[in-house]
Amino acid sequence: MDAIRKDFPILNRRIDGKPLIYLDSTATSLKPQAVLDAMDEYYTLYGANVFRGIYKISEKATLAYEGARERIAKFIGAKEKEEVIFTRGTDESISLLYYSWALPHMGKGDVVVTTIMEHHANFLPWQQLAKTKGVTLKIWNTDANGELNLNDLDTLITRETKLLALTAVSNVLGTINPIQKITRTVKKLNPACLVLVDAAQAAPHMAINVQEWGADFVAFSSHKMLGPTGIGVLWGRRELLEDMPVFNFGGDMIKEVHRDHTVFAGIPYKFEAGTPHISGAIGLGAAVDYLTALGMDAVRKHEVEITSYALKKLSDISGLRIMGPTEASHRGGVIAFTMQGFHPHDIGQILDEDNICIRVGFHCAQPLHEYLSIGATARASFYIYTTKADIDALANGLHKVKKILG
Amino acid sequence: MDLYREIILDHYKPPRNFGELEKPDAKASEYNTTCGDRISIEVRVNASTRQRIDDICFSGVGCAISMASASMLTEKVTGMRLKDVLALGTNDIVNMLGTELTPSRTKCALLPLEVLQKAVLSLQTHNG
Repeated sequence: MDAIRKDFPILNRRIDGKPLIYLDSTATSLKPQAVLDAMDEYYTLYGANVFRGIYKISEKATLAYEGARERIAKFIGAKEKEEVIFTRGTDESISLLYYSWALPHMGKGDVVVTTIMEHHANFLPWQQLAKTKGVTLKIWNTDANGELNLNDLDTLITRETKLLALTAVSNVLGTINPIQKITRTVKKLNPACLVLVDAAQAAPHMAINVQEWGADFVAFSSHKMLGPTGIGVLWGRRELLEDMPVFNFGGDMIKEVHRDHTVFAGIPYKFEAGTPHISGAIGLGAAVDYLTALGMDAVRKHEVEITSYALKKLSDISGLRIMGPTEASHRGGVIAFTMQGFHPHDIGQILDEDNICIRVGFHCAQPLHEYLSIGATARASFYIYTTKADIDALANGLHKVKKILG
Repeated sequence: MDLYREIILDHYKPPRNFGELEKPDAKASEYNTTCGDRISIEVRVNASTRQRIDDICFSGVGCAISMASASMLTEKVTGMRLKDVLALGTNDIVNMLGTELTPSRTKCALLPLEVLQKAVLSLQTHNG
């Protein structure tokens, strides 16, 4: 643990003489030195454009950019690297699918299913599809424990259902959805129904394998898994991606352009218009190397340990209500909560006096908060560098909130 | 920065002028989009001149900052001329609270003023 913490330079910071207690990794993770170095090295030593130059540093940039794609493909168990498309992040990955797959494929009479626990990124496109194209939007609700009941699929997945869009891990409830079981059930009920998995909260925290999942599309972001902001991934099955029309226009996404027609590039390039986020891809590649070296099973093991400790510690505080499953083994490293009589903004503000960083608000999941009939929540989330001492600091901070405002 | 200083806590628990007026001349409400909290304000103006605030109440839920800001604001504007109420701005609220605010908390602190000015404007539209 100490060795891991040493890899994160930001943890050496003192603000007003006090250390940083970072409990907002679900929003974005901290970055290890190896990622910062990889990006710095690109800009310092070979910061040329990719694909174009026939000179050494451009060739090196292309190799590094494509090398990252290859390692990411391996990390998520993709069959081939061409199925890995770089985007700006999960939101753009799903938006790409909305424009290039859903809009051309879906219309009146079709059904799209999503869940009540989605991040807005995986909710808004489908709500919009219903509003503008007459597609029926069905929402899969959770049970009292914050989990999805697979029996519900019998009614949700019909011959008309073209897409199930769901998250692998809820960014509020922490619920881990059994993706493999879900896709199997879906494909049994309707083999033509595609499954899109929002893996933004899964890819950083547990071993994922898109082929074992049996998913058709998977989206995730770099910055939640130790990588830089501004880059993410859309993975899709080759035949689906090849069939989809282009998303953005520009450089690098064409084979030939004539006055009267254009031949677009193949995957993944036809979806990557313009100079890509080269340093971002290289940084994400370094993040994947870092996580691979740690081992995703070890990452998950630490998360379960910290989460069970936090669940216990927090449930000892009177008036505190934890959202989502009660078992750490059923949830990711995130705990959203309310504290009777105390507003989340006040909780967050008072914790910040001791540099304890948590998130407050709706966490881009307002429909879920509405469904649970609650206002804003406070949310603490954990990652590989989170210690039990961080959790103790959080618990002490919450007692302080009670003392000041109680 | 000591955001939760005595005076703010004093107005947070219990807030002044909390509740509803019997016959308000105007009312307005607004959401704080970052937390979903709602604040409503009701005002009654001077019966003869209709130029001053005679009575004011607020209701809703919110963080200590927005609640204290609403409570202090209702005291501040009682008896104030409507055009002076409309002239109030960010600085007046920050000075009233007597504390430094981060950008995100400034929104919480300004919400009551926003609601009050909305109510006053609706009144002027009615009169006009």
